[in-house]
Amino acid sequence: MKTYDLAIIGGGLVGSAIAWGAARAGAHVALLDEGDAALRAARGNFGLVWVQGKGAGMPAYAAWTQRSAQLWPELRDALEGETNLRLGLEQPGGFYFCLSEAELEKRASLIQRMSHESGDIGTRVIGRAEARAMVPGLGTEVVGGTYCPMDGHVNPLYLLRALQASLRAARGDYLPNRHVTQIVPQAGGFVLSCGDERLLCQKLVLSAGLGSRDLAPMVGLDMPVQPLRGQILVTERMRPFLHFPTHNVRQTQEGTVLLGDSHEDVGFDTDTAIPVQQQIAARNMRVFPALRDATLIRSWSALRVMSPDGHPIYEQSAAHPGAFAAACHSGVTLAGAHALAYAPSIVAGVLPDQLLPFSSQRFHVQAH
Amino acid sequence: MSAAMHDAVIIGAGPAGLAAATRLAGHGADAVLLDEQAAPGGQIYRGIETCSPALQQSLGPDYAHGAGLAAAFRASTAAYRPETAIWQVTPEGEIWTKHQGRAGLVRARHIIIATGALERPVPVPGWTLPGVMTAGAVQILLKSAALLPEGLVLAGSGPLLYLLAAQSIAAGAPPAALVDTTSRAHERAALRHLSALIHAPARQMLRKGMGLKAAIRRAGVPVFRHAEALRIEGETEARAISFTSGGQRHRLETRLIALHEGVIPHQQMTRAIGCAHEWNAAQHCFQPVLDEWGQSSVDGILVAGDASGIGGATVAETSGQIAALAVLHHLGRLSATERDKLAAPYLAMRRKQLAFRPFLDALYAPRPEITTPPDEVMVCRCEEITAGMVRDAARQGAQGPNQVKSFLRAGMGPCQGRVCGPVVASILSDALGQDPQTTGYYRIRPPLKPITIGELADLDQG
Amino acid sequence: MFKRIDAAADLIRFTFEGQTIEARPGESIAASLLAAGVPALRETPVSGAPRAPYCMMGVCFDCLVEIDGVPNQQACLTAAKAGLVVRRQRGARPFDTTETEAGQ
Repeated sequence: MKTYDLAIIGGGLVGSAIAWGAARAGAHVALLDEGDAALRAARGNFGLVWVQGKGAGMPAYAAWTQRSAQLWPELRDALEGETNLRLGLEQPGGFYFCLSEAELEKRASLIQRMSHESGDIGTRVIGRAEARAMVPGLGTEVVGGTYCPMDGHVNPLYLLRALQASLRAARGDYLPNRHVTQIVPQAGGFVLSCGDERLLCQKLVLSAGLGSRDLAPMVGLDMPVQPLRGQILVTERMRPFLHFPTHNVRQTQEGTVLLGDSHEDVGFDTDTAIPVQQQIAARNMRVFPALRDATLIRSWSALRVMSPDGHPIYEQSAAHPGAFAAACHSGVTLAGAHALAYAPSIVAGVLPDQLLPFSSQRFHVQAH
Repeated sequence: MSAAMHDAVIIGAGPAGLAAATRLAGHGADAVLLDEQAAPGGQIYRGIETCSPALQQSLGPDYAHGAGLAAAFRASTAAYRPETAIWQVTPEGEIWTKHQGRAGLVRARHIIIATGALERPVPVPGWTLPGVMTAGAVQILLKSAALLPEGLVLAGSGPLLYLLAAQSIAAGAPPAALVDTTSRAHERAALRHLSALIHAPARQMLRKGMGLKAAIRRAGVPVFRHAEALRIEGETEARAISFTSGGQRHRLETRLIALHEGVIPHQQMTRAIGCAHEWNAAQHCFQPVLDEWGQSSVDGILVAGDASGIGGATVAETSGQIAALAVLHHLGRLSATERDKLAAPYLAMRRKQLAFRPFLDALYAPRPEITTPPDEVMVCRCEEITAGMVRDAARQGAQGPNQVKSFLRAGMGPCQGRVCGPVVASILSDALGQDPQTTGYYRIRPPLKPITIGELADLDQG
Repeated sequence: MFKRIDAAADLIRFTFEGQTIEARPGESIAASLLAAGVPALRETPVSGAPRAPYCMMGVCFDCLVEIDGVPNQQACLTAAKAGLVVRRQRGARPFDTTETEAGQ
């Protein structure tokens, strides 16, 4: 039976980043992944490394997000050095554009509230003129927005590929087509069952997205995640015109433009729906009118992994120490922190203090 | 654009679509035929309404048959919407269209998908150079624009190659050469299927094929047999093709090369809807899973013609009739008995018409040179991905076509995997040691045809 | 590469990269350009490689040209009309900001 220091269950962005970070920290790692047709939230990711607006009401999440954005260049340098892939990380700052005064006011007060709650990271409100000066091509309906110098974007598919390639080079085992059906804690570790195969590990991480929900109780964890669909539209390649990411439009390294986003409570349905796409198209056209003539060549949807309050779940099992939870819907933004902060801690068998507020216990706190 | 509910919408104006629409309308159903081209005929009968008598003569009697089909359709009460691209079809019977720059919606109780076939990709070195086209493309130029190829070298295998050669000869432009890649092994394998010749349609097809080859010989067109290791040379356009035949390396200078290694079902729409597909090992392609009426795994969606499985033009027409009869029964216009009575001769005809397929499929099966090309050959034309890059991705953990797509962008260009899908899948099957059914295929997503953000934003959902 | 079977009577004219191209009404722009001996219609956005029509049935998207200022149109699916201004598609589509700037 194969034996590992650490088994990571789920080979998406969260699992792959943790596996890579753990191998780098010296652990003998197995990354278990499903097959080509799995749900794979990782393939649906927009690609933002996004800080502004994250963690309203939960300063710990705002802090964790900021830390990740700061760690990202180190992650990028390591991966690009090890793999020859160009991840396209750019952190020029990002915009959230508003199409009415009411929207702008609401956004401004959110940012102000967060500045008091979790500190001022430089996010500022900008008016129509300044927005237009910074971003050519904005429509006349854009009244302004918020700009945060910490925001950025990256190619999420190349990130996943680089993490897995680099993991393999570090002699971590990438084990695809493994659907873990059972985890049995035992003295000194855990036995994982996938089909007829058994695997032994000292520690494990549940990062299986929506699949974590059913595995969690087996190791004394609680990961009550639900799907929330998001749809993305992609255009043909265009010559570079958008040099900053915005919260729902960004232009990739190859020149394609990605348009989002939607939040649809539709269970496990990964089909694409016209009315939602129409809204995405219509809204983004108001922000960048010249997109009107851009050709759409692809659309896709993916299921976000949502906890009850939308914030991540990180925890070490009290009943079975060595079993760790990792669930979030911002696998790209948090890759820096997952790889360079959470992973080394997991290898040492410790949950970072910074992550104590993310325990699933918070979902059971009674209101007084 | 109407959003009213129609009895039946037929997608594709080739032989299957024309026959189905005409039959449906003939029994009083409210039938609408949608097609991307400006005139009926699909690809096989392309240009049939405007073809000059002289050209029709050169193209042969099989092509001329299309004129009757088109005329019968025009005379029927079926509604016809040409120049209509379809960018999404849902299992609920919504068909999203685009016509003259406006997007719209059509609804149907039953949909017959008759989108035909497309050419199997022929990834040989240099195949992306200007001057290299499919045999079908050269034939379309002949039929629809009355253009004669000059200095044409045909390369590949399959009935279309010989048909095109004979048509060009009859039109006064004999090809410069025919490079036949049909292998000796496949010739031997095909001989096992000659028992099909007890059926008249099979004998007819064999006679036709032999007639085509005789015409090619009479015209003195050089034919190189059992050719392999094809390579097209040129920097900015095709200049020459080289290959091995008869134990020797040959090089022919030419600016125009037509490649062909058979046709495969156009599966983009059926996959996008979510219909189940299966691997057809004899024909080396995926096709939708259907019952004998053409009913797919999705209620209300039927498939007829080459999109349902490669059978050729006459089988396509027959299957269009069969699918239409099934829909007429669902609509309540025919009882089951009436449907079965009317369908019986078509079902019998189709069986006979398909009798020769095993022989053709065995003879013209694609070779590994085409299905698993060498590393340096480009396989995704849009994103310029090579076979070697696909194999590297497999080594780095890509377990199927969709992971390859996200690793490399293969299949993410404008053609949406229509050209590269089959060869990326076959390279992967081979690299992973799997059968093609296990490896699977790209997940196909709408929009099936390009629409602009403005067209999507403005669309009237009726 | 291609020659017309009949010296056609009612030819119309459009331009390609400033060059006058003759066409039969209703034939595709791709057919007209091939008949006129134009070699490459576009340069790919990935590498700038020259491409020309491959499938002639709207499947391969290799025949993309700019027609009357609208980029990335499939020449094999668009009918030739008198007076069209057709240009090579050079790489990726440009993003036209002039419309929005003028609108202020």
